[in-house]
Amino acid sequence: MTLLGFIGLAAGVMFGIGAIAAVARIIRGPSILDRALATDVLLAIAMCALATEMAINRHTDTLVVLLALAIFAIVGSIAIARFIGKQES
Amino acid sequence: MTAAELGIGALILLSGFLSMAAGIGILRFPDVLTRLHAATKPQVLGLAVVLLAIVLRVPTWGVLSTIVLIMTFQLLTQPMTAHMLGRAAYRSGDVRHDLLIADDLGRDIEEHDRRPDATP
Repeated sequence: MTLLGFIGLAAGVMFGIGAIAAVARIIRGPSILDRALATDVLLAIAMCALATEMAINRHTDTLVVLLALAIFAIVGSIAIARFIGKQES
Repeated sequence: MTAAELGIGALILLSGFLSMAAGIGILRFPDVLTRLHAATKPQVLGLAVVLLAIVLRVPTWGVLSTIVLIMTFQLLTQPMTAHMLGRAAYRSGDVRHDLLIADDLGRDIEEHDRRPDATP
């Protein structure tokens, strides 16, 4: 296994730890804003993982997926944050 | 193994470390605003360093222009998300006020409420 392979393995473990922590916050989160925030973090980690896979395997197939995610990742969180009220906590 | 591969590996490891730090941060921090602070690390810097690694690995103009577009949209949309989430958290009372050092929004709301022609 090459050097970049080992580095990809280590980075994958770190992405996994971050993603599991984000999912734990989605499950536990006391308010819906915590859950929206953790969903954003999960999406950002997924974007970083996709880009890492592209950099290691030397291809650019999922660059378009990253572009679409960067444009439309805003919709869910803003929809939740816009219609949250004082009564829900 | 060349110097370029070492640089690419360092960038990838930095991105992975930032993602892990964000996950641990949103798990351990006490309220929404502090979690928001931890959450923005992989959204901006983590993605930026790994996109730089892609450009170093596949150095063509098409890849570079697409990556500039991705980073532009990311930098446009993520601050809006963070702003809306922070404002909604303040308005819905999820913020621990004892942890705040400066509270500009609260001062502005008080000033607005003190004015005689203020709409409730």
